[in-house]
Amino acid sequence: MRLKVESKKMSSVVENNFLTTKLSELVAWGRKNSLWPLPFGTACCAIEFMGAVDSVFDISRFGAELVRFSPRQADLLLVLGTINYKQAPVLKKVYEQMTEPKWVVAVGSCATCGGFYDNYSVLQGIDEVIPVDVYVPGCPPRPESILLAIVRLQEKICKEAVGEKPELYIYKPHSVRK
Amino acid sequence: MVKLIDIFKKNFQADILDSHEQQGNETIVVSPERLHDVLGFAKNDPETLLNALMDLCAVDYLGQGPRFEVVYHLYSTSKNHRLRIKTRVPEENPKVKTCVDLWKSADWFEREAWDMLGIVFEGHPNLKRLLLFDGFEGHPLRKDYKINRRQKIPEPLERP
Repeated sequence: MRLKVESKKMSSVVENNFLTTKLSELVAWGRKNSLWPLPFGTACCAIEFMGAVDSVFDISRFGAELVRFSPRQADLLLVLGTINYKQAPVLKKVYEQMTEPKWVVAVGSCATCGGFYDNYSVLQGIDEVIPVDVYVPGCPPRPESILLAIVRLQEKICKEAVGEKPELYIYKPHSVRK
Repeated sequence: MVKLIDIFKKNFQADILDSHEQQGNETIVVSPERLHDVLGFAKNDPETLLNALMDLCAVDYLGQGPRFEVVYHLYSTSKNHRLRIKTRVPEENPKVKTCVDLWKSADWFEREAWDMLGIVFEGHPNLKRLLLFDGFEGHPLRKDYKINRRQKIPEPLERP
């Protein structure tokens, strides 16, 4: 593209180089594309997350590769693995120490509902302790599932910014899908 | 080679309630009242010298009486032989005398047995839960503990 060399008025420069938007949407757009996850990895799902971070699946395509191990520096809590009763207060404390705004993804069967640990020691889903935004099914879920969770969470952040309710996604097996 | 069972039978006669042996694995059954004496003998007698407590655990035989069985696995590091000592305690009073005075390793084993099955070890210096949290109600490895029973979620610990 050749640039025309001509003396422009200031007003035209302003006209051609500005976008107008709502502040809340702009902030949400920034937040959704720079999620900083804190991996609360207690079991095998943490390995799947490592798979999602690696060069094959590359979580940084979604702007969420800055893994932080301090709740003060993270806004996305990824609960990866089994949480038992003894660990529940620790998870709660980590969640409470995170700064607003913050989101939570429960990755895998254990974090969502206890999985096959229907026993005396395991918490039957982390939503008994902290609120959850996105649930990822699977035992273990593939790294793509974790990426999908991030995409869904990004949709949710956008929708919440303009005051809409986020869409409720329910997994349907192939036999049910149209 | 003299068998361990015979040594104990010679020294404790009728107090050895039962004994059996298979593939060289020797087991004796004693009453809970005489257990501590038998363990002390097993550790200190020059013929047996079972100086290591490898494991201490409990078994729940629900519906049988006496309901609980406490099992001691002993090993001799100098003589390289092993012995299993068992004792049965009833449900209403599951008490055994502690053997922390003989083996220091019994401390956590006994705490675990108390934690999981509710066996009381008299004279234990610090008999409290080992694996589970303080607010836990019941003993989960007992066979009448309901599989879907849920506990109250413990509060976060405050920094002292």
